Amino acid sequence: MIIQTLIFYVFAAITVAGGVMVVTARNPVHSVLFLILTFFTAAGLFILMGAEFLAMVLVVVYVGAVAVLFLFVVMMLDINYLKLREGFLQYLPTGVVIGLILLVELVMIAGKWVLSPASLESRAAPTPMLVKLTNTEALGQVLYTNYLYLFEAAGLVLLVAMIGAILLTHRVRPGVRRQKIVDQLARTKGNSLEIKKVPIGGGV
Amino acid sequence: MKDLLREYLPILIFLGIAIGVAGGAVIASYIIAPQRPDPEKDSAYECGFEAFEDARVRFDVRYYLVAILFIIFDLEVAFLFPWAITLGKIGMFGFWSMMVFLIILTIGFIYEWKKGALEWE
Repeated sequence: MIIQTLIFYVFAAITVAGGVMVVTARNPVHSVLFLILTFFTAAGLFILMGAEFLAMVLVVVYVGAVAVLFLFVVMMLDINYLKLREGFLQYLPTGVVIGLILLVELVMIAGKWVLSPASLESRAAPTPMLVKLTNTEALGQVLYTNYLYLFEAAGLVLLVAMIGAILLTHRVRPGVRRQKIVDQLARTKGNSLEIKKVPIGGGV
Repeated sequence: MKDLLREYLPILIFLGIAIGVAGGAVIASYIIAPQRPDPEKDSAYECGFEAFEDARVRFDVRYYLVAILFIIFDLEVAFLFPWAITLGKIGMFGFWSMMVFLIILTIGFIYEWKKGALEWE
């Protein structure tokens, strides 16, 4: 038990330190690398709580895909670091206000979770004990039936993200020669081959 | 709960050894190797000639499109895992709820295919 607590504190400390470094690192690429470290240690915390599936999804989706996407974005923006620092004091009040609003919202959500009767009801049916069934099974038993609307809404969110990404970044390039299998198969000798009689010494 | 964490103990030990070896190599070379820095030694080495430019170059936005489409289907697959192992318990309702989810994403897949987003050139 004491080892478990110790591991928790080590992981939690690394997570918090990594989070601080994400915000304060001078180089955006370093920020993303610290973000990956934070994701990894958060996955460790999930495992300590017994939430195996969430930990694996965190590693596969966030470390494997989202962090790579962040790196893409950081690389794509051709940022001048000195210019980036210039407006720091100017934007500070706006940033503080937005941060405060987010904090208030988080506190409100947490307060509702603690106080409201509806959430008391849902907390009355907590995750089943891990001896009986694994975390993944426990999720599967409620996600596709009790939380059907949220699940389908997640599907719709993914659909919107897909269409949005295509609309924003895809553009048709004229004059690009693609492979068109139907056209290639439809070619016949008649419309692709021309036979010419060449007289000896005459040329074409 | 205890058993679960005990199963993960080898991973933790492995992590500790990995960090120890990686950190040890860096620290040992820092302590043992002679350090005589010199501007030429410290400069970036690029096959003998001067480095042309910053390593961070801007690249085509199409890589981003491929990456985001990958994430979406990655998430879809993540949803399939709990479904697959509980399929026996959640019955037909659970089965069809996943089918609706898959149909929604298949619509997106057909859209991106027809738009030509999956084609490079």
